[in-house]
Amino acid sequence: MSGGRVSSILKRVYVGLILLFLYAPIIVLIVFSFNASRSRGRWGGFTLSWYAEMFRDRQIMGALWNTVAIAVLSAALAGILGTASAIGINAMKKIPRKIMLTANNLPVLNPDIVTGVSLMILFIFVFNTLRAGSLGFLTMLLAHVAFNAPYVILSVLPKLSGLDPNMYEAALDLGCRPAPAFFKVILPEISQGIISGVVLAFTLSIDDFVISFFTKGPGFSNLSIIVYSMARRGVNPKINAVSTLIFVTVMLLLALVNKLNGEKLKS
Amino acid sequence: MERFIDLIKVSKVFSENTVVLDKVDLYINKNEFLTLLGPSGCGKTTTLRIIAGFERPTSGDLQFEGRSILNLPPYKRPVNTIFQKYALFPHLNVRDNVAFGLRIQKMDEKLIKTKVEYMLSLVNLAGYGRRRITALSGGQQQRVAIARALVNEPEVLLLDEPLGALDLKLRKEMQLELKHMQQELGITFVYVTHDQEEALTMSDTIAVMNDGRIQQIGRPEDIYNEPKNAFVADFIGESNIISGFMPRAFVVEFSGASFDCVDKGFGENSPVDVVIRPEDIKLRPAEDCRLKGIVDSVTFKGVHYEMIVSAPDGAKWKVHSTKQAPAGSAVGLRVGPDDIHIMKSGKLGFGETTGGG
Repeated sequence: MSGGRVSSILKRVYVGLILLFLYAPIIVLIVFSFNASRSRGRWGGFTLSWYAEMFRDRQIMGALWNTVAIAVLSAALAGILGTASAIGINAMKKIPRKIMLTANNLPVLNPDIVTGVSLMILFIFVFNTLRAGSLGFLTMLLAHVAFNAPYVILSVLPKLSGLDPNMYEAALDLGCRPAPAFFKVILPEISQGIISGVVLAFTLSIDDFVISFFTKGPGFSNLSIIVYSMARRGVNPKINAVSTLIFVTVMLLLALVNKLNGEKLKS
Repeated sequence: MERFIDLIKVSKVFSENTVVLDKVDLYINKNEFLTLLGPSGCGKTTTLRIIAGFERPTSGDLQFEGRSILNLPPYKRPVNTIFQKYALFPHLNVRDNVAFGLRIQKMDEKLIKTKVEYMLSLVNLAGYGRRRITALSGGQQQRVAIARALVNEPEVLLLDEPLGALDLKLRKEMQLELKHMQQELGITFVYVTHDQEEALTMSDTIAVMNDGRIQQIGRPEDIYNEPKNAFVADFIGESNIISGFMPRAFVVEFSGASFDCVDKGFGENSPVDVVIRPEDIKLRPAEDCRLKGIVDSVTFKGVHYEMIVSAPDGAKWKVHSTKQAPAGSAVGLRVGPDDIHIMKSGKLGFGETTGGG
């Protein structure tokens, strides 16, 4: 029926408009990262020169290195910490378990600015007490571990609670010592949860600006902070190139997480 | 037979108020099929977990061939367990599941292969080695679990309600198979179940448990025919349990009449509980019997009819018979001296119960 066809077309147009509204800024950003003209209003032809300039820029490359280093390390540490915590929480009785889960969800829901400021205050308090230390790589790394670990916990817990409760005991029963029993039996069963948690942590770490901004030290920056300071200094199409790079990386990683979780649902 | 596993005054208290096991004394002979039978929460699984080493008793001792193994961790005990939900490793295929214990022992791979193949054929799973665990049916998973445990040649196999998840027909088959395997391999089995029929079918010895204590231990026939108390009588098979009175040895009074019986040793003029199995009561014309009643209901049970008969004193008798008496008819109930089982009165507060089951 034509009425049905019209309404189906309308539906598609509506969805298309919503997607356009959501993605228009990013599309514009990506398009203008290939714009030969410095102007943000006029198309001056296709170029890759902003990307070339970006890769030549020492400051940007340094910040890129910092971002990747922090992301890799914080994701790995959060992976270990989060998995261990998830195992502990899973073994708890109902009420303590609920309390721990709520405590775990708080940092996830807490505004980044509050997390950032409070971490900064904590670090400075510790440094003042010790009369040593300063904000920098280590503080930013610790901050990223802190906000990433809860996501790993949330990702690993459902895998753990889906396991046969006697599986670990079965391994002990068959002659396995406790540590090998964990690595041979439990770890393979929850590895998908750990991997998707770690990839999510890595993504969030690359993505983060607010918490990094408050926990960074003088002379130590990551990409998002560089973008911010460049944007304040004025028009520079290199920003578009850097932003596009971040966006594409995050997008790919999120697609990977979704794929992992999708496989999890199927099996 | 020699004493093999010995539980000596084993208690388990989980928090201040919950006593799961209360000074349990139990020994298991070599090559015995012992069943721990009881309702859920009676402590049977905890007993099994203490033998396996997953729980530590609050007090008491656990001995294996005369030596305490309380401080031996589960991975050093000469026992293997079959868990209720099998606890197979889903990331490994059937063969690798069965080979798991042998690989831990660092056995030669060739030997492992031979042993695993032999084990799989023993549980009728030859050719299933490469299958994924998740692709197997419940009964097949059960067999993998049995193979995974038995391949390690344990001296004792612990089984925690292993047939609970299977349907009736498969369960009956597996009962016979397990019993057969136990006799063939000469392994001591400690079997936990709440299914009295399963226990009666398979066991050499049954320990009936309730409230963290062993109520009675003995051969299946003895437990069925001579229940020690009202709980055992009620839990094993179906029973009529009523209060009675023994004026002297070999005579018992209940339901307003006096009967000869084969029991003694309860003292003169003592209150007792009387247990009569429904299948031991014969239906006779009312005028021939001291026990009479009106048939309340008749239910067809396959092999027999189950009739509830109301006596004039208010007692309700459960009667099993291959012949049926129509509801509403007056019948007499005949019980012989051998059919009357006398127990100490109200041992578990069952005093006034009638027609339990």
